[in-house]
Amino acid sequence: MTATKLGGPVVQARPAPEEPSGRKGQLVKIPLLGLTVAIAIWAAFPLIDNEAWIGLAILVATTGGLVHLYSTPRHIPLKYLAPGTILLLLFQVFPVLYTASTAFTNFGDGHRGSKQEAVVAIQTASVTRVPGSQQYALRIATTGDPATGPLVFLITDPVTKQVSVGDADGLKAIPDGDVASGYTVLSFGQAGERSAEITAFAVPTPGGAIRSSGLTRAYEGRAGRAYDENCDCIRDTTTGQTWTADENVGAFVADNGERLAQGWKVTVGLSNFTRVLTDSAVSGPFLRTLVWNFGFAVASTGGTFVLGLLLAMALHSDQVRGRLFYRVLLVLPYAMPSFAMLLVWRDMFNTDFGLINNLFGSHVDWFGGSASARLAVILVQLWLGYPYMFLVATGALQAIPRELSEASRIDGASPWAGFRRITLPLLMVALTPLLISSFAFNFNNFNAIYLTTEGAPFPADNPGNGATDLLITYTYRIAFGGAGANYGFAAAISIFIFLIVAVVSAISFRRTRHLEEVHS
Amino acid sequence: MRIRPIAAVLTCALALAGCGGGGDDKTAPGSGESAAPAGQNELLIWADDKRSAALKPFAEKFGAENGVTVKVQAISKDQQTTFVTASQQGSGPDVMVGAHDWIGNLVQNGAIDPVQLSPEQTSGLNPNALKAVTFNGQTYGVPYAMENLALIRNTDLAPQAPATIEALVSEAGKLKAAKKVSETLCLQVGQNGDAYHLYPLYSSAGGNLFGTSANGDYDPKNLGVGKPESVEAFKKIATLGEKGSGALKRSITPENSIATFTGKKCAFLVSGPWAITDVKKAKLKYDISPVPGFDGGQPARPFLGVQSFYVASKGKNKALAQEFVTNYVTTPELAVALYEAEPRPPALTAAFDQVKAQDADLEKFIAAGKDGQPLPAIPEMAAIWDPFGKAEAAVIGGADPAKTITAAGRTISAAISK
Repeated sequence: MTATKLGGPVVQARPAPEEPSGRKGQLVKIPLLGLTVAIAIWAAFPLIDNEAWIGLAILVATTGGLVHLYSTPRHIPLKYLAPGTILLLLFQVFPVLYTASTAFTNFGDGHRGSKQEAVVAIQTASVTRVPGSQQYALRIATTGDPATGPLVFLITDPVTKQVSVGDADGLKAIPDGDVASGYTVLSFGQAGERSAEITAFAVPTPGGAIRSSGLTRAYEGRAGRAYDENCDCIRDTTTGQTWTADENVGAFVADNGERLAQGWKVTVGLSNFTRVLTDSAVSGPFLRTLVWNFGFAVASTGGTFVLGLLLAMALHSDQVRGRLFYRVLLVLPYAMPSFAMLLVWRDMFNTDFGLINNLFGSHVDWFGGSASARLAVILVQLWLGYPYMFLVATGALQAIPRELSEASRIDGASPWAGFRRITLPLLMVALTPLLISSFAFNFNNFNAIYLTTEGAPFPADNPGNGATDLLITYTYRIAFGGAGANYGFAAAISIFIFLIVAVVSAISFRRTRHLEEVHS
Repeated sequence: MRIRPIAAVLTCALALAGCGGGGDDKTAPGSGESAAPAGQNELLIWADDKRSAALKPFAEKFGAENGVTVKVQAISKDQQTTFVTASQQGSGPDVMVGAHDWIGNLVQNGAIDPVQLSPEQTSGLNPNALKAVTFNGQTYGVPYAMENLALIRNTDLAPQAPATIEALVSEAGKLKAAKKVSETLCLQVGQNGDAYHLYPLYSSAGGNLFGTSANGDYDPKNLGVGKPESVEAFKKIATLGEKGSGALKRSITPENSIATFTGKKCAFLVSGPWAITDVKKAKLKYDISPVPGFDGGQPARPFLGVQSFYVASKGKNKALAQEFVTNYVTTPELAVALYEAEPRPPALTAAFDQVKAQDADLEKFIAAGKDGQPLPAIPEMAAIWDPFGKAEAAVIGGADPAKTITAAGRTISAAISK
C-alpha cells in the first residue's frame, strides 16, 4: 500500500514509481515517524511533570495528526505543507507570541518568579544568627531507615560537649553514653538524598530555631522577616515595619514607598507600550535615530548592491582572464567570521594605533565625530556585505540569456541602454526579494554597531543615545543598561521595531509585483 | 526524575513497535540519555572555564571522600545571566562561582542563599574580601580570591614609583622627549570610557559613586555622580585628557592597553593581576605600586573585586552545597589550586601566606588595594557603568565636565528610579 499509487488524481502528474523505490520510501518514512513519536514522548514527560495539560494536549494532537497524515495515502498536498507549517509555528509564530505576551508583563531582574518564590526568598535572606549564639557541631541522624526514617539533629555544644537531640518539638539533652543507641547517623551520601528535608528542618528554640549549615554544622538563627497572610504583607519581626504586597508592580512596598528587592512577575497591561511612547528618554531621540537607521540600512544594502553588481558585471565579461581567481578573491571577506572582522575593523579605526590613520598618515578621530563614525560603520558594512551581493548578482547574470543583450545590440541599443532596459529589470526580478531581506537584516544589524562603535559618539549631555545608534542598539541599552534586565520593556520595544520592519517589507514586496510584469 | 526510567522504557517500546529493525539506532540516544544517573545525590558546580579545570580534582576528591557525585560544569560566557535564568527554570547548579558584584542582582532574583560561617572561618578571611561579600548585613558567599588595580611600571624605563599622578606625567614626559616611549600612561579608556579603570583617579579627585548609609553599605538613593564633587573631580581628570596633558586618551582601549605596555610604548600601566601573565611573557622588568592620586588630593581608591562561591537557592542539593561551600572551600589547598589556575591573591589568609613566598607580586597588589573600596554589589550599580563611562570618554575628549557629568547623573538616577 504505497502512498503514491493510491494517491488519487493529484499524483497522476508524475509517473507512479516502481515497487522497489516505494519500499525504500517506506523504509525512510517509518523510522522518521518513529523518531517523531519518540521526540514527542520525550517532550511529554516534562509537560506532565509541570502539569502543563494544554501543552500536552497540543503535543498529543499534533503527533497523532502527523502519524495519521503520513500513514494514509490521502491528503497529498497536506503532506508537503505539514512539516513547513509546524516548523513555522514552532520557530516563527511561537516566539512572536511569546515576545508579545512578555511585553504585557514586568518580567525582568527582580521580577522573574512567582510571589510565593519571592516570599521564600525574602524569608530565607532574612535569617540571621541569633546574637551571641553558638555554632554547633551537627550530625544528621534518624531513628528508622536512613532513606525514609524521621530525621533528627544530633547537636554537640562546642563548649560543654553536651550532645542534644533536636526535632520539630525542640531540643532534648541526651545523657552521656546514650548517644549511639537508637540513632543511625546518616552518611553524606544518605543525607544528600534527603537534602530538601534537611534544609527545611528547624529545631525550635526560645530564641529562634536551630538550622543546619551544611551537613556538619548547625547554628541558631531567626528569620528577621515573615510573611503575614492576614495583611498580605511582609513584617519585620524586630521593628514591626510592614511591606504590603502590591499586585500592580509585583513587589512588597512600605508606606514610605520603599520596595523590597525581591519581587515577582505580574501583568502590567499596556504600561510597557505607553512608556515607549511617553518616556522622553526613549521617544526624545527616537525620530533622529529612526532616520539614521533608515539611512544606515539603505546605504548598507544599496552600497553593497551597487558594488557587488559592478564587480559581478566586470567579471561576467568573457574578456577577463582568470575570472575564477578573481571571484574567489572577492568572496573572501564573506568567508571570514563577521564577528571577528567587525572587531578588527574597530581597531583599524583607532585614532592613534589604527591601521587606517597610520596608512594615510592622518589623525582622524573616526568614532569621535558623528559624520566620520557613520561613514566608518557604513564602510565596514560595505566591505562585509558586497561579496554576498556579488555572489547573487553573478548567479542572476548567468541566468539571463546572452541572446537578449546581443539582440538589443543588433537593434542599435547602446550598452548602457541595453543594461538599463534589459539586464537590470531582469536582474531585479531575481534580486529584489534578496534586497528586501538584506534591508530588513541591516535595519536590525545589532552586531555592526555594537561590535564597532557601540553607538558612539555620544553627545556630552546625553549618554543614552549616540550618533551611530540603531533602534535596536539604542533600545538594548535602555532595556538592559539600567538597573538590571527588563525583558518586558525590551519585548514591547521589539514589537515596535517589528512593526516598522514589517510595514517597510510589506510596501516593498507590494512594489515588486510590477517588476514581475516584466516576464509577462 | 522518577519518571525518567519509565520514559526510557516507553520510548524504546513505542519506537521499536513503530519502526521495527530500522528504528533501532534512532532510539539509542533516547535510552542513553535516560540511563544517566538521575539520583538526587549529586552536587553540580558552575564556574568559568579556567576555574572549572582547577576545581575538578578537588570536586572529585570531595565526592570520593563523601560518597557523592560532584560535577563541575564550565560556563564560558555570561555566567551571571545564565545562572539567574537557569535557576529560575530549575535547571541551575547547586554551587555557583563568580564575582562578588553579582550579589545584589542574584539576591533580588532570589538566586542565592546567605551562608553561615563560624567566627573561626570568618577570621581566616581577608577582612576586605569578607566585607565585599556582605550585602544587607548578610554574608552571601565564601570569597577565595581578590583583585584590584595597581600601577605596573617598566623599571628599565621608570625605576622609581611616582608618588602622584603629576609626577608620573612629568616622568613620562621626559621619556617621551627622549623618544623612549610614545604614550604617557596606559590606562584603558576606549571610545565609550571605562569606569572601573578610571575610579582610582576619580576617587582621588574627590568624587564618589554612592554615599554610604549608617551601616556602611552603599546607599543607592544617595547618588554621587552629578554632585558638585563629581564635577570638580572631572575637571581635574580633564587636565589629564586629550586637550590637557594627554595622559588619558580614548585611543587606549581595553584591547590595546596591556599590549602597548608590553610593546614598550608606555612605561606605566594601570591594570590588575590578570595583566601579569602577559607582562611576564614579554620578559619586561616590572614593579607594582599603588595607583598614584592627584597631588594634594585624596588617596586613589581602586575597586576591590572578590571572586566567591555561592549556594544557589533553587539548587536540588542545598545541604550538600552548603557543606561544600562553607566547610570545604575554606580550606587552603583549594584556594592555592585556584591561585595556580589564575594568579590572583587568595582571600584566605592561610592560603595567601602559603603562596606569597613564591610570588612577590601578590603582596604588592594587596598593598595597592589597601585604600580600595569593594566594588558596589547593589543592583543599582548596573545603571552606573555605561553612562559614567561615556561621560568619562566625553570629558577626556574635551567636553565640558560640568555639563557632561550633570547629564550622566540625570541619566543614572532616571535608570535607578525605574
